[in-house]
Order: sequence, then structure tokens, then C-alpha cells
Amino acid sequence: MRNNPETGMTLIVKTITRLTVGLILLFGIYIILHGHLSPGGGFAGGVIVALSFVHLMLAFGKDIAVSRVSKNLASNLESIGALMFLSIALLGFLGGSFFLNILPKGTPFNLFSAGIIPLCNIAIGIKVGVGLFAIFLALVVLERSK
Amino acid sequence: MNNTTIIPLFVIIPLAAAFLISLVGKFIRRSSETIIFISSLVLLVFSLYARFLLNSSAGKIMIYKIGGWAPPFGICMVLDGLSCFMLITVNLIAFFVAVYSLSYMEQYTDKPKFFTLFSLMVCGMNGLIITGDLFNLFVFLEIASIASYALVAFGTEAEELEASFKYAIMGSVASAFIFIGIAFLYSFTSTLNMADMARVLSNKQNEWVIPFVGVLFLMGFGLKSALVPFHAWLPDAHPSAPASISAMLSGVLIKTLGIYSLIRIFFNIIGPTQGYLTVLMFLGAISMIVGVVLALSQWDLKRLLAYHSISQIGYVVLGIGLGTPLGVLGGLFHLFNHSVFKSLLFLNSGAVDYATGTRDLKETGGLGKLMPVTAKTNLVASMSIAGIPPFNGFFSKAIIIIACLEKGNFGYAICAVIGSILTLASFMKVQKFAFLGEIKDKFKNIKEAPFAMLFSMVCLAIICIFGGLMLIPSLRFFLDDAVAVILKGTGYASVVLEAAAK
Amino acid sequence: MMLYFLCLILFCVGLYGVLRKRNLVKMIIGLGIMEYAMNLFFVLLGYRFDGRAPIYAKDQEILNMVDPLPQALVLTSIVIGLGVTALVISIAVRIYEKYGTFDITKIKRLKG
Repeated sequence: MRNNPETGMTLIVKTITRLTVGLILLFGIYIILHGHLSPGGGFAGGVIVALSFVHLMLAFGKDIAVSRVSKNLASNLESIGALMFLSIALLGFLGGSFFLNILPKGTPFNLFSAGIIPLCNIAIGIKVGVGLFAIFLALVVLERSK
Repeated sequence: MNNTTIIPLFVIIPLAAAFLISLVGKFIRRSSETIIFISSLVLLVFSLYARFLLNSSAGKIMIYKIGGWAPPFGICMVLDGLSCFMLITVNLIAFFVAVYSLSYMEQYTDKPKFFTLFSLMVCGMNGLIITGDLFNLFVFLEIASIASYALVAFGTEAEELEASFKYAIMGSVASAFIFIGIAFLYSFTSTLNMADMARVLSNKQNEWVIPFVGVLFLMGFGLKSALVPFHAWLPDAHPSAPASISAMLSGVLIKTLGIYSLIRIFFNIIGPTQGYLTVLMFLGAISMIVGVVLALSQWDLKRLLAYHSISQIGYVVLGIGLGTPLGVLGGLFHLFNHSVFKSLLFLNSGAVDYATGTRDLKETGGLGKLMPVTAKTNLVASMSIAGIPPFNGFFSKAIIIIACLEKGNFGYAICAVIGSILTLASFMKVQKFAFLGEIKDKFKNIKEAPFAMLFSMVCLAIICIFGGLMLIPSLRFFLDDAVAVILKGTGYASVVLEAAAK
Repeated sequence: MMLYFLCLILFCVGLYGVLRKRNLVKMIIGLGIMEYAMNLFFVLLGYRFDGRAPIYAKDQEILNMVDPLPQALVLTSIVIGLGVTALVISIAVRIYEKYGTFDITKIKRLKG
């Protein structure tokens, strides 16, 4: 990450951002993965993951952020997230009906329990995180038409 | 895998198609067109097959429990006569509009995005028709609405953006009213499943909650279906969209989001009372007259067709508000006929726009010599909408007028006849100014529309011509099952709960 | 009881914003306030007397809980509101590029 003084914010903001962006991303992933044990889940965790990318863009300027997650990557990842969710739901057909919980359910309060719910949370987390960042990109990095 | 696994496929196929097109459409050429053609053809075939399966199942109803959870704990999908009827309408029009769009959308730049949004809209409408749970209905309603807000603004010209903004704000306010209505109903009955709610409501005595919720739903769904005090978004939104989207919006969206939801909630959950039916009939009659009077002064072809949509929806609501078997039959048959001939009219205006680049009736003229197929299909559709025998519009309007006279409401019957005469006058004007007469110099070199567009228009015209055959006794089961579901009222609850317990 | 009434007053404040303000962005803000009010109303409907948050934990006993179903439904509704707001804001930005103003009394090319 460059120390270019013309783009982005001041040096203090850039230093603190370098320290905390990884932690915000990690916190978002924690909330996504523990969706079946504590409040949160796919959508809330996805929003926090998107916020980490937005934080990067606000502090360093749009060129650095776009080089990390470009518009094409955001669009493709979003579709992949939705297709992942749909294919997990279709796996339920093997057990009998659509969206059935077919993976082993384990003991309550463990991380690996509750069947397909953590997988669905991960798919939704990817989709929402990347989708919100794509909305932000579309509004801010807008090519002025006309 | 028994017969009922076809039911969730109506939601899965368009959803998968939408995201596949969004992912793959940029990399492989022509992939978006192939995927949308295959998915809409498959949906049409499945909806006809589901109608055939329904004939052979017990009690004429099929239930699918999502995730294996039995209602009232889980969401169930219900396929009965009314759902089948609406599914066939929606998927038929969606298939023909998708084929038409294959060559119409060459003028716009971003085809994969268009087909993604189109497929999402079809997914939302299909899901709304087959669901058996009230909040699930709200979610699918929002999916279809948001896709349509984006599709109206697709060309991003100045007027399209203004129309889409107006439509989006008014549609969101309507959804807010629907949501508060659902909140009140949930708090009153503590369940969200439609069948269970009908059972609980028939046991409780009616307090002030039920008329209050009825008014909220009438405001919300009335705006989605453009009944008269809530119609102000439609004359701006429908002309501004690309022609294939105007056909989808006017042909199926206002009917499934608005009228189908009103029928489900007012007839099957709350139970029809004479007050509601009178209000529905009154609003229907006003819509008929206001729509056709405002259409007489229009010179923009698509804006004229949009005002006629308001008028014809008034006929449907009048028919359903009558509550008698003949009235409801006329209303539902007119719903199907209006989808077919209004889509055909909008597709025709799209062909005129594709060839000449203008929608103004004062500038076109004599196009009938250079575009013969478009002119003939327009003549068929105009005679249908005006109610001239033997096209299908005549039968449905005649049934509605006879049902009004049978019940003794002479005022409404006279309104219907006046509306019909003024509709005929308006479409004579369209025929004269667009297709007959002298051709202007700047349009001397236009050609007929491409093959995909002609195919859709000719097929819809054939359905217009032979549509009256749906009333012969061996094919009448298609409409009669739908009418039976509406007239059963809250008896719907016991049928669904009994079928779900098996 | 007073709480639900105040919630509906917030809804009416949002509705006033949509109906009477002339700036496009203020109409969108009014729509946002309406969405908050209706989500809040739905969550408050699930309150039970002396209820706790509806979360199972390993070492606590399960007593009275508030109704968890409205909470799940409101999560869906918040996402829907987010989608609509994002779409309407993009349309407003494009309208400013084409018309040059945010005032709805001047954005009136479609008439009749």
C-alpha cells in the first residue's frame, strides 16, 4: 500500500487502517460462521465484510481498492454466491424435499452442527459482502456518461 | 420423487437461469439468449404438464412442503385450480415475450443484464402464485417489483428515469402498507400460513382489525394493480419501458401482483363479505370509465395502450367483485384474454418503434403496406379488445355484462357497455392513424420486423382468434377449477390442511 | 400500547416526507424513515411479558422468551429495504445528470 500523499486521507488514517482492516474482515467472517449459535448470520456478517473493503477505499483512494477487488471480480463473485446457495438447497432433493437439512446435525452448541445452515450462511455472506461493495463501486466510481 | 416435485421447479429454474446468465453472459457469446430461451420454454411445458397432473390428483390440489416441515410450522407451496390458471398465463406470455426480446433488444447495449432482470421478474411472479404462506408472498412480491423498477429504467433516457423513480417510490409506499397489514394479521392470528390463518379467522369473531386490514390491503394491492385512485404511476411507467417489458408489465405483472393477491386474501383468507365486494365493484366501474375517457385524447401510442390497461383491469375487478359463479368466470376469462391481446398490442407498438423510431400517431401513417404482418395482428388485437365476435374479448365481456344483469346491477352493466363502445372508437383511431392512409416520405424504406418478433406476434394472434374455444365443455375445466377455488372461500383452509397432513 | 402508537406516528412522519417534500433525496430519506418505522412495529409485536432474548445458551435455563419469528422476518425486510434504497438512489443520481436539478416540480417532461 503506497504512501501517496495526494490520494486518500492523511498519514494517521492510513496507518490505523493498515492495522484494523484485517481485524474488521476477520470479525465479519467470525459473525458469518457462528450464525447458528449467536445472533448475526449471513447478512449481518456480509455487511461487515463489505465495510472492510469500503474502509480501504475511503482511506487509500479508489485506485488501491479497485486493484484489490475490481468491478468484474465483484460481479462474478456475487453470481457465484447465489448459485452456491441454490445448489446447497438443491442438494436437499437427494434427501426427499427441496431445502431439506441433510448433513449430520451433531450436538448442539458446537461449531460443526445444524446441518446445512453454516454453509448457507457462508454463501449469503459472500453474496451480500461483495454485492454491497459493488453497489458502492457503482455509485462512487461512476463513469460520467453523456 | 413423486409428482409434487414439479412445484418448486417453477421458482428454481428462473432463479438459476438469472444467475447463470449474469455469470456466463459476458464470456460466451449468445449464451444469454440460449439460456433464456431454454428456461422459458421449459417453464411453459412444465406449467401445462402441471395442469395435466392436477386433473389426476385427489381433491384437485397438490401440496409441497419445503424442507419437509409440515404447515403451520413450515412454508408450503399449494397448486390448485387458480394457481394453475395463473401459472399458465404468466409462463405463456413470458415465453413469447422472451422470444420477441431476442431480436428487439439488439438496439440496447447490455443484453445479459436485461435477461437477468427479466428472469428474476418471472421467478418472483411464479413464486408469488404458488406460495401458501403470507410473508413468503410479500418476499416474492418485492423480488418482482424491484426487478420491474430496474427494467422500466433500462434505457436510461431522461424520461425513462423520471417514470421509473415515480413508479419506485409509489410501489415502495404500497409495499409498506402491505407489510403493516401483514403485521396486524400476524399479531391477531399468530400464524403466517394462509390455510391456518383462514381457519383461525373463521373461529374468532370479527373485531375492528379485519376491516382495518382490509383497507390497508386494498390500498397496497390496489396500487400494484392500478385501480383508479391509485393509477397515477401507470401512464408514465408503461410507455417508458422497452416494448417487451411493457408487454410483461401490462400483461402479467399488474395481474399477478395486484389482482391474484387480492383474490387470495379477500376470498380465501378473510372471507368475502358484501361490503368488500361492493367496494371492489365500485372501483372497477370507475376504473373502466376513467381509463377509457383519458385514453381518447392520447396521441402517443404506448400511453394510449397504458390507459386502456387501466380500463380493462376495471372489467376484471368488476367481474370478480360480483361474486356470482358467472361473474367470477367472466372476470377470470377476461384476465387471461387481456394478457394475450394487451401483450400483442404492446409488441406491435414495439415493432412499429423498431422500424420507424417513433411512437407518435401523428407522424406515422400507411404502415400497413410496408409491414403487413404487424398490421394484420394489430387488427386482430384491436377487434379483440373492443369486443367484436368471434374473437376472445367478445366472450369475456359478454359474460361479465350478462352476470351484471343477472344480479340486477343495471348501472354497472351500462358502464361496461359504454366503456366497450369508447374502446372501439379509440382503436379505430389507432388503426386509421398508424396503419391506413398515406405513408410519410421519411419512412418509405422501412422493412417488416425480424423473424423472432413476427413469430411471437403471430402466435399470440392465433391464441386471440381461437381463445373463445376455452368455453366449450371439454376445455372448460381450465376455468371452472379456478372459479371453484374462489367461490369455496375459506373452505380452502380445510382442503389444504387435510392434503398437507397426508 | 403507547409504544405502538408512537411507532405509527413515526410512520406518518416518513409518509409526510414522501408526500410533501420537493427534493428527490428528501423523498428517499422519508421512504427510509417509513421502512424503519414498519420494521420497528413488527419487532415490537413479538414482545412477551418478562421475556428474554430468544437465544439458547449452553449454561442457562430456558425461561420466558420473546417471539423470535418477527425478528427473522424483519431481517428479510431490512434487506429488501436496502435493495430498494440502493436502486432509487442510483436513479436519482442519473436524474441529476440528465435534468440538472433535484426539484420534482421541474422534472415534469411526461404529461397528459
